[in-house]
Amino acid sequence: MRAYLTLVRRELGTFFVSMTGYAIIASVLLLLGFSFTDMLAKLNDDPHGAQAPMTELFYSTFYFWLILLLTAPVITMRSFAFEKWSGTYETLMTTPVSDWQVVLAKFTGTLLFYILAWLPLFGCIAVVRYFTLEPTILDPWTTASTFFGIVLFGCLYISMGCFASALTRSQIIAAMNSFVIGLGLFLLSLRRLVPAPPADWAAKVFSYISLSEHMEDFARGFVDTRHVVFYVSLTVFFLFLTLKVVESRRWK
Amino acid sequence: MSNGWIIEVENLTKRYAGNTAVEGITFSVQRGEIVGFLGPNGAGKSTTMRILACFLPATSGTARVAGYDVFTQADAVRRRIGYMPENNPLHLDMRVREYLKFRARLKGLGIGRSRARVEVVTEQCGLTDVSRRIIGHLSKGYRQRVGLADALVHEPELIILDEPTIGLDPHQIRSVRQLIKDLARDHTVLISTHILSEVEMTCNRVLIMHRGKILAADTTQNLQNIMSDGGQVIAEIAAPVAELRACWEQMGEIEYFDIAPSEGEYHRCALTPRSGLDLRPLVFEQARLRGWALRELSRAHHSLEDIFVHITRPDREEETR
Repeated sequence: MRAYLTLVRRELGTFFVSMTGYAIIASVLLLLGFSFTDMLAKLNDDPHGAQAPMTELFYSTFYFWLILLLTAPVITMRSFAFEKWSGTYETLMTTPVSDWQVVLAKFTGTLLFYILAWLPLFGCIAVVRYFTLEPTILDPWTTASTFFGIVLFGCLYISMGCFASALTRSQIIAAMNSFVIGLGLFLLSLRRLVPAPPADWAAKVFSYISLSEHMEDFARGFVDTRHVVFYVSLTVFFLFLTLKVVESRRWK
Repeated sequence: MSNGWIIEVENLTKRYAGNTAVEGITFSVQRGEIVGFLGPNGAGKSTTMRILACFLPATSGTARVAGYDVFTQADAVRRRIGYMPENNPLHLDMRVREYLKFRARLKGLGIGRSRARVEVVTEQCGLTDVSRRIIGHLSKGYRQRVGLADALVHEPELIILDEPTIGLDPHQIRSVRQLIKDLARDHTVLISTHILSEVEMTCNRVLIMHRGKILAADTTQNLQNIMSDGGQVIAEIAAPVAELRACWEQMGEIEYFDIAPSEGEYHRCALTPRSGLDLRPLVFEQARLRGWALRELSRAHHSLEDIFVHITRPDREEETR
């Protein structure tokens, strides 16, 4: 436990001792700002038509997805790849810490940073709440569930990023791999917008794995256990794969 | 467990896809020794050390550190060794003290103890002046000391250093060597290097590795004795060649000799004794009796370099195959 906490601290610390962390936070803020103005424009066009909670307007902007899809590969790419490249992986793995501690610490540290980068979202929402005449369109519950959805999404994409990073020594390749896996999964969810699924069961499957549908529910304030199970189980699966990659060094 | 052996390696083999890095080596190291792992690049030194540090598994054979198997009891082994890999990788973005504290905590030391130990190793490795500086801004010599301090921080029983002086300037090499010698007082140290003089200066036992095999394992002193060719003596004497020849021929203790002109009237004589006996007092006695000027008298001393070249030379390899 002690080693785990030390590693989490170190992992989170790496983002702040160099430019990377600040640069990532700044770009997330920029994109968040864009989607915020986008949302305000929609509200201005039709101030009384906003039946649905405002977070829904928010999630449907293009920038929002850009942040979700881009941050995870960028923040996870260095987790294992950089340590392997610089050789500190060897000093790390020859200390009495277990493989799962390392994997879990890298995941947790990165996830904490991801959450930190998303916190300004509350600022945006607070601004709207302060100036709007109808506070009902932004109740705390939908805000919380949206944020919960964002965190779950982050768990999944960060675990995929850790897996991609554990596979290689090159940060660029790690980032590309995790981006491609992530984008692939996201495009599957867009499939429902393109042609109609050939069969009933296929439609069900696609709807089950559709990330945008999940996010729609979270933004409306529905926390569906099916979605939670989907994200949690996939996160566990990718962390398990990462652990196996780390262990594979000691396979005979 | 405390039978005096800290490292016991038996028939250790490591194969990577296609080639064999280490081929069935067997050796052991006693507590308190400084052992030098000597061999050209690619001899399998680093691989052996990585296996001992529980970073890589062996293909076959067993290795034990302080009685614990490196594969099945890796955690217990890792607690007992301080390992500094080749090229000494460090987190360059951290400060010296911060890094050492981080490492001490990773190695399972509590807050109070890690603080105390960091203090001790900072002092021991001469890092007090730079303890607040960022590692990436330090010179290579200092970085090496940080690596050593890291290896020491949890008071390991065994210290494994992979090429600790590589890439340092002569002055830095000397200070790092001195540091290693100081460590040896209360630790067992295993060093790998391809610099022969380093082993000669710091280690009391040498393991010579070549192409994944251990070709020789003995104390530096014994290896030199084996090589000393029956104790050949070199004498530089100012005397006519004929007189010298007559003198050596009549001495029964000399098996054969060789005389070569040196500068001035001096001649350089290489004298090989019949048995292992020391010719030096006899030669001096002759020179004194005959009134010759004697300006050099020495027994041929073989450096590890000669031993190394002798052992790893190609024709010997044919024999061992």
